[in-house]
Amino acid sequence: MVSTEYLAVILGMGMVTFLPRWLPLIYLTKRSLPSWLVEWLDFIPAAILSAILLPALVTDSATRSLDLGRPEFIVAIPTFVFAILTKSLGGTVIVGMVLFGLTQKFLSF
Amino acid sequence: MKSKKDNSRPGHRRRTFSRGVAAAWPICLGYLPIGLAFGVLAQKAGLSPLQIGLMSIFVFAGSSQFIAVSMLAAGASLLSIVATTFVVNLRHFLMSSALAVFLKNTDRKKLSFFAYGVTDESFAVNLSKFRDSQWDLNSALVTNYTANFTWIITTVIGAIGGQFIPAHAFGIDYALIAMFICLLVFQIRGFIYVITAVIAGICAVFLSMLIPGNSYIVIASMAAAAIGVVLKKKTGWGEGR
Repeated sequence: MVSTEYLAVILGMGMVTFLPRWLPLIYLTKRSLPSWLVEWLDFIPAAILSAILLPALVTDSATRSLDLGRPEFIVAIPTFVFAILTKSLGGTVIVGMVLFGLTQKFLSF
Repeated sequence: MKSKKDNSRPGHRRRTFSRGVAAAWPICLGYLPIGLAFGVLAQKAGLSPLQIGLMSIFVFAGSSQFIAVSMLAAGASLLSIVATTFVVNLRHFLMSSALAVFLKNTDRKKLSFFAYGVTDESFAVNLSKFRDSQWDLNSALVTNYTANFTWIITTVIGAIGGQFIPAHAFGIDYALIAMFICLLVFQIRGFIYVITAVIAGICAVFLSMLIPGNSYIVIASMAAAAIGVVLKKKTGWGEGR
């Protein structure tokens, strides 16, 4: 069964996860923002997606070391080209998966 | 199909729903292997399917759930688990701020329900959709909860019988990476965005090797966005996009 200790842990986790997701949406949608902030926020998506993506491609998450030969990175190059040419989200996901699946197949031999 | 204007409520509702679900499928595909893996791992760490499902409902944040399970298994205290979760998920603060620009003066209750579902993945999908202008908060809510539902179900399935499912087939481990690649491409709306993204990526790679945890995401993207603003001022790039 579920102990109260465990419930306390996940409730605490839930609260500290929810608050940073919630506060900007409630606070920032209610007032007009200074133009520098809007301009800064405009760059956040490109910056944050790149900051999530690139380390996942070129570093080993276990050892935290740079490795440009990872299949994740090699597959990312044609996947990027496909995304730029087609602008198709579904197509890019499928192409990336197929290419990565192929590298996994060859590496496992 | 021709999209004729349909203002009748049931038709409109159905379209809102199907658009939201359609936007969520790459996320769901990507959550499938991760959710299953989480369920298997958490079950091996001694959690029951019910406990695992409850964590997925209350927290709904993949990486911090993985970390919490390993901390629970190591006997960490409540406070250290909650504090770690807070730091790991702080990046959503930036994501909600960027989303807020598109959600001026919307219903607070809906915003609160939307906030619960802000993840790396739903943020990236919804943001590029909001820019299309055809997107609305209702469709975004459907997208979030479709992804949320998938996460909860897959983590519980993983807990019950995940070890029997070939979780790494068909390159499915790459679904989220490929999705992020395409969504990053959508965010590049001029040379200055390329510069910003490159700076953020390179900073993130080096910071990730220097500092533990995932705070490199927040630091690198805040700094790169600031450099983007300064470059735009100094050079005038991206003014007339």
